[in-house]
Amino acid sequence: MKVSLFITCMCDIFSPHVGKHTVELLERFGCEVDFPSQQTCCGQPAFNSGYLTESKVAMKQMMRAFKDAEYVVGPSGSCVGMIREYPKIFAHDPEWREEAEKLASKSYEITQFLVNVLGVKDVGSTFEGKVTYHPSCHMTRILGVKNEPITLLKHIKGIELKELPIKEDCCGFGGTFAVKNSVISSEMASEKSEHVSETEAEYLVGGDMACLMNIGGRMQREGKKVKTLHITEILNHRE
Amino acid sequence: MTLKISDLSYEERVQEGIENDFMRQAVASAQGRFRSGRETRAEEIGNWEDWRALGEEIRRHTLNNLDYYLEQLSDEVSKRGGHVFFAEKAEDANAYIQDIVKKKKAKKVVKSKSMVTEEIGLNQALEEVGADVVESDLGEWILQLDDDPPSHIVTPALHKNKEQIRETFAKKRGYTKSEKPEELALFAREQLREEFLSCDIGITGCNFAVAESGAITFVTNEGNARMVTTIPDTQITVMGMERIVPTWEELDILVSLLTRAAVGQKITSYVTAITGTRLAGETDGPEEFHLVIVDNGRSKILGTEFQSTLHCIRCAACINVCPVYRHIGGHAYNSIYPGPIGAVLSPLLDGYESHQELPYASTLCGACTEVCPVKIPLHELLILHRKKMVEEEKMSPKLEQLAMKGYAKWASNAAAYKMGAALARPALKPWIRQETIKKGPGPLKEWTVNRDFPAPAKETFRAWFKKRNKEAPHHDEDL
Repeated sequence: MKVSLFITCMCDIFSPHVGKHTVELLERFGCEVDFPSQQTCCGQPAFNSGYLTESKVAMKQMMRAFKDAEYVVGPSGSCVGMIREYPKIFAHDPEWREEAEKLASKSYEITQFLVNVLGVKDVGSTFEGKVTYHPSCHMTRILGVKNEPITLLKHIKGIELKELPIKEDCCGFGGTFAVKNSVISSEMASEKSEHVSETEAEYLVGGDMACLMNIGGRMQREGKKVKTLHITEILNHRE
Repeated sequence: MTLKISDLSYEERVQEGIENDFMRQAVASAQGRFRSGRETRAEEIGNWEDWRALGEEIRRHTLNNLDYYLEQLSDEVSKRGGHVFFAEKAEDANAYIQDIVKKKKAKKVVKSKSMVTEEIGLNQALEEVGADVVESDLGEWILQLDDDPPSHIVTPALHKNKEQIRETFAKKRGYTKSEKPEELALFAREQLREEFLSCDIGITGCNFAVAESGAITFVTNEGNARMVTTIPDTQITVMGMERIVPTWEELDILVSLLTRAAVGQKITSYVTAITGTRLAGETDGPEEFHLVIVDNGRSKILGTEFQSTLHCIRCAACINVCPVYRHIGGHAYNSIYPGPIGAVLSPLLDGYESHQELPYASTLCGACTEVCPVKIPLHELLILHRKKMVEEEKMSPKLEQLAMKGYAKWASNAAAYKMGAALARPALKPWIRQETIKKGPGPLKEWTVNRDFPAPAKETFRAWFKKRNKEAPHHDEDL
């Protein structure tokens, strides 16, 4: 099966290791992974700030980049969620509507792809440690991916999963919100950090680097020892 | 007209909210209760998503045919002896009601809870013509005694605790007992009973008006709306023009959604329907009934991309799940309509100029959209507001406009993207210590006040992938 990796600009620049784990995971399950080098950013930073015109040029670039892809898989619920919104955004654009629908229907977040397309529940990995999982808002509410990450984590050997209190609450990232409303944003991150501490977990795991950067940035500032991990880091972990 | 409740700046109000530890605890605990209540009820009903879809369909149908149903409602109310007044603006509604007060030489007006009367500033208008106005909803009464605006649309005094309430009662009404809720409630009941017995006019809001029969319905837990509509001879009901259902059948669906979504109850203590005046041969009902139907900007929303905002049945489920409201409380929104619905509705009714921060007071997490019982896509409407402010109103900061133009150039060209991505680290180098930025420049400055920021990686993913393919072109061997 051919899979085109959608790295997301954030992982490309800040967390390339997440991309490496994603590639290795996909290869482990027999996928042939390529990386269309014309890809850039999904358009979300501009779209969510109200700059529709600016976001659309990014989206068109993405549609061109992945035109020939069979499957598009990325390590972010939020960015893949954005791509899944393209058909709505280009619904009245005869030139791009079809492309938008095509790209949306073949794009998947990595855990969603593993569970729902490849039919994998147990990736056969081992990870020793107390872990709590933060379900990112766009992953769960825009993309509708709620159970897939948990299904995969539960099958990891050695893992001790701890439920995060009020896990459905946003961590406060929200794109430009984190800067425009930084006071509120960091209060939200602080509460999330408190909840992580309540679980006594050693690792905070999530499916979106942006949320992890926010919560992790707060925990680090508070001097906490909890490590943040992208879910692919655990899924691809071998003893 | 203004929905505003304060002259403080947005930043000041946010800071005030964040520093109010008590309020934040109260909000967090109320959110916990309301959320689990709503979830339990939704689970119990089984096909909650079907109910939501039906609720949405009913609201959409009603709004698409609002002219028809308003006329029907008006005819039915008139047939049953009521007077109907369409108020285009807040001032029109207030002037009409002031006239009634003057004609009746009314000294005391008792009200049941109503957001639309808050919206139009009715209490002040009544005081201007010399009437003594008494709020009879317990939360509203506490706030009125304290001259404090509501912070939530269902539980308006959510931000106050029992000690504060005891103090208010003591200071304003000579209360001498403890802060036990039972004692406080008993005192309020005694005080309010006197008000009911001595009032000249009763004013209510309206949860839904039933077009087919001209009935006005109230969904309450305290029974005060029944007192307001039973004792005085003159009853005035003020309703937003969208608060209408075609028949009793749709009322059933919407009330079922409302009580579950709002407070996690199957039904509230009282669901009351009042139909017209006391007719010949009837034993109860007011002698005179006025229905004031308020537009106040609503008809401008009809037929626009924001029409679904008028679906709102004022349950506050969106407020109860909002993580932003959780930390800043209702007053920070500086509108009598706070939370996600307030952030969407306030700029529509009151203009962007007055509420320009509200569309941005959200992380777009979508929790509001997920729970709305009539499926208003709240977070999408917030993005739509932002788009209007950016593209039509040209209200966004110049620096942001420039940044976004730069973004578009960067993200629409892979070569420019690649160069930008590779330059991120060298550009931030002066601020990087041990792969972390503790005090960042530009937009990172705000971020790094309370949070660390990671340094861009030494090598981008795409650079790594390119190298990897060169080194091991046959890495995709069979597994």
